[in-house]
Amino acid sequence: MTPEEQTEIRKRQKSRNLALGGLLVFLAVLFYAITFVKMGD
Amino acid sequence: MTAVTALTLPADWRDFFALTKPRVMSLVIFTGLCGLLAAPGHIHPVIGFTAILCIALAAGGAGTLNQWLEADIDAGMKRTAKRPIPAGRMRPNDARDFGIALSVASVLIMGLGVGWTAAVILAISILYYAVVYTIWLKPRTPQNIVIGGAAGAFPPLIGWVAVTGDITLMPVLLFAIIFMWTPPHFWALALFIKSDYAKVGIPMMPVVRGQASTRKQILVYSVLLVPVAAAPWFIGGAGAIYGITALALSLIFLALSVPVAFRHSEEGDAMKPEKRLFAFSIIYLFALFAGLVLDRVAAYQGFIA
Repeated sequence: MTPEEQTEIRKRQKSRNLALGGLLVFLAVLFYAITFVKMGD
Repeated sequence: MTAVTALTLPADWRDFFALTKPRVMSLVIFTGLCGLLAAPGHIHPVIGFTAILCIALAAGGAGTLNQWLEADIDAGMKRTAKRPIPAGRMRPNDARDFGIALSVASVLIMGLGVGWTAAVILAISILYYAVVYTIWLKPRTPQNIVIGGAAGAFPPLIGWVAVTGDITLMPVLLFAIIFMWTPPHFWALALFIKSDYAKVGIPMMPVVRGQASTRKQILVYSVLLVPVAAAPWFIGGAGAIYGITALALSLIFLALSVPVAFRHSEEGDAMKPEKRLFAFSIIYLFALFAGLVLDRVAAYQGFIA
């Protein structure tokens, strides 16, 4: 594996981790909001 | 060697996004949202947002599973050969897992957050698209588009049921409108790109039954679309704003399909009428559903009866 490939793999892993992290934060906020709305019913 | 190297790289997140067929999803989100907004009753904005999100996730999941299942077919067509799996940018199993994750998550979130009636219909629509359509009937019958059209007809029905919690005639009519709209919409496209489907052995109507039969069937569905699209007005489920919009749009649709039905094209034909019908069919669906929402909002605000 060349250093260029190593860098590219790290770059993609990082962007995927950021996307997944963002998704998890979004879902946590969404479930929090849903819970509050349901408690109001 | 480059192909092997490419496969060892983790797939770019953009390729996962591309698997969800974002352009198809935009129509799904729009019609789902219209079903939700046109339904009688109230839904909390957060719950409404959740419902639309789940419809979009499910469409993405079903689209992903479709591309996992059809990677070999996609590889043989110019239009689809650049998709992530046939182009070698993604491992097929990664796509499969992503598709299943999206599908399962969408149904669970819909069930827990919005309601189980909507969740069950959502699950049925995913299975219908991925299994009944993609695996079973698309490679077997030239009526595949008619059958596949039903899958695309689910979003407004689900959006409506997310609000009301039960299935009545109105959401079924919204389903029927998209069901009748899909064959002329897609066959108009298939008439001017048919060579690609013939190459990979998908029995598209123009290839199997010939273009004369396809053209007649386009007309049949366009004729049927007029009463179906106007039906919400006739049964009192929508008012005059929707009724007049639906009738006008459907009659233009019919007028554009008549020249398509009664002509014959040779090699090198510019296919102007077919392209015009296809382009209008997209405007048709957006305008029709926008008209419905406008009509219902006006009614709930007390502007019309």
